[in-house]
Amino acid sequence: MFTAWVPFEWIVALRFLREGRLQTLFIVAGVAVGVGVIVFMSALLAGLQANFINRVLSAQAHIQLLPPQEITRPLRGDRGGAVLPGGEAEGAIVQPPLQRLKSIDQWRSVAAQIRAMPEVLVVSPVAGGSALAIRGNVSRSISLNGIEPELYFRIVDLGAKIVSGSARLTGTDILIGTELASDLGLDVGDKLRVSTASGAAIALTITGVFDLGNKGANERSVFVALHTAQSLLGLSGGVSSLEVTVRDVYAAEAIAQRITASTGVEADSWIKTSAQFFAAISAQTLANTAIRFFVGLSVAFGIASVLVVVVVQKSREIGILRAMGISQGQILRVFLLQGGLLGLGGAMVGSAIGAGALILWQRYARNADGTPLFPLVFDPHLFAAALLLAMLTGLVAAFAPALRAARLDPVVAIRG
Amino acid sequence: MADTSLLAAPAGLAARSIVVSLHGVRKAYNAGTPIETEVLHGIDLTLLQGEFCAVMGPSGSGKSTLLNIIGLLDRPSAGTVAVCGEETTSLDDRALTRLRGHSIGFVFQYHHLLTAFTALENVMMPMLGAAGFPNDAMRQRAIELLDAVGLKDRLHDGAGNLSGGQQQRVAIARALAMNPALLLADEPTGNLDTRTAGEAFSLLRRFNQEHGTTVLFVTHNPALAERCDKTIQVVDGLVDG
Repeated sequence: MFTAWVPFEWIVALRFLREGRLQTLFIVAGVAVGVGVIVFMSALLAGLQANFINRVLSAQAHIQLLPPQEITRPLRGDRGGAVLPGGEAEGAIVQPPLQRLKSIDQWRSVAAQIRAMPEVLVVSPVAGGSALAIRGNVSRSISLNGIEPELYFRIVDLGAKIVSGSARLTGTDILIGTELASDLGLDVGDKLRVSTASGAAIALTITGVFDLGNKGANERSVFVALHTAQSLLGLSGGVSSLEVTVRDVYAAEAIAQRITASTGVEADSWIKTSAQFFAAISAQTLANTAIRFFVGLSVAFGIASVLVVVVVQKSREIGILRAMGISQGQILRVFLLQGGLLGLGGAMVGSAIGAGALILWQRYARNADGTPLFPLVFDPHLFAAALLLAMLTGLVAAFAPALRAARLDPVVAIRG
Repeated sequence: MADTSLLAAPAGLAARSIVVSLHGVRKAYNAGTPIETEVLHGIDLTLLQGEFCAVMGPSGSGKSTLLNIIGLLDRPSAGTVAVCGEETTSLDDRALTRLRGHSIGFVFQYHHLLTAFTALENVMMPMLGAAGFPNDAMRQRAIELLDAVGLKDRLHDGAGNLSGGQQQRVAIARALAMNPALLLADEPTGNLDTRTAGEAFSLLRRFNQEHGTTVLFVTHNPALAERCDKTIQVVDGLVDG
């Protein structure tokens, strides 16, 4: 029996779908498979990409500001060589200059300016350069990073990567990687002498040993307090880079360009410095979008073809409804609703299938140590978008059959 | 049978007012082409409120076309059609649909019930379409109509589960749901046995007499035609009688 709050169009659409239950079942199954594939694939690729990006960005800043490179300008005017009318020297040999370690000019005001940008999360100064780690008669070249722990640890969470000791850094402390610790036979509490090319040297206490997940980084990277590095590298009060993290990692390049434009300091985003990686991610996203589009298209054609058949099957009923005063608009809405309901119903089942497949994936696709290959996020937005898009696809797909139904000549339809 | 006083007579129509008025109605198919066929050649017809008029004529004479034009399902190629005092020639599809829904009921030879619905729901359907949402009043009226046609015990049976005679009675109840001023019956007894056909005719006659509903009744059965107030013959696209 009719429910009081259900409008005419819904009643007729639902009954028509129920009456052709086998057709309805098949098309809902078809839509469900399509939506299930889209949900599963999207969640899988989103998880995979998030995992890739997380791995890449957990050990580096999103944007790095560097001091300008030294450049050599050829002599102009009449002071040597053959001079062309334009003032340039012909055949001059221009030797690339040495890139001395130098500080970002006015870095504190630059950092304050960047911090004021709403899309920026953290700005951390770093005084970095090459040095030697010496123990006894063994030495290793290292990449010395002077940091302000409370800021830098918000960019690279060294605390989470410490395998022994702690991530504490005072003026005489140093954090080293597992490979360096192994090469030099070091452990937490041991002393390590660090010297630079300028001759500055200091003995530091190892307070923590970290594992950045990369052998090279564990071999070369060490972290000390900012002022310790400044003293060792001859950067009194200066910093060699400003490390920046932003809210939207994909907007890093645009933000970097804005920073360069507003501060005049060269800013490189991770997108630029990891261009190939980013291109691979973009290509994957594009492929995913293309697959989703074509699956969606096949779903739309499936719904449309079923509704075309339904219109033919129901043409006599449509004629009768028209004869009893049902308007073209009402008939149009009845068939549009059927399309939308088929899309929505299929999407609900498909979302459940997709979610089930994701649960199975998480349970059975595991690393050798039993941990998940990568974490999958059950994003409610993905499911909501799948439902909405499938319903809209159903509505759009139903439009042509619905229009045909609405425009049926009742006399012809009744005659059959 | 129900107390038929519950089923009010059509409102807004003065006694013996003109319900249908046709002047010079022509209908041609494939107009303007070499295969143009004119099936109605200028028909003048007037039906008054409460008239029960039989339409007879050989197959292909234009009876159904005439009924479709009077029922506003089809438009004439020429001439004017007025239903319940409203000239329809210049009305758009929306206005025609509205007038048809409120003033005209149809009963077809093959009853054409909606098989996805029960008998009660079929009778409620015209009221539901007009109101947009179901309500108790339309449900009550549908029950009374089905009671009046002797099907109160089959309210919730699926339309496809009823016999031919029962389906035709549901179709009659449905045609009367909106309390129309005009009921068009296109050979409603043509597919029924003699006894059932007689019962269906009697039902229509009873509603006609009790509620003043004008009925145009297409039939090939002279015995039934004799029981009508008047008979018109459609022969070769012209009305004779």
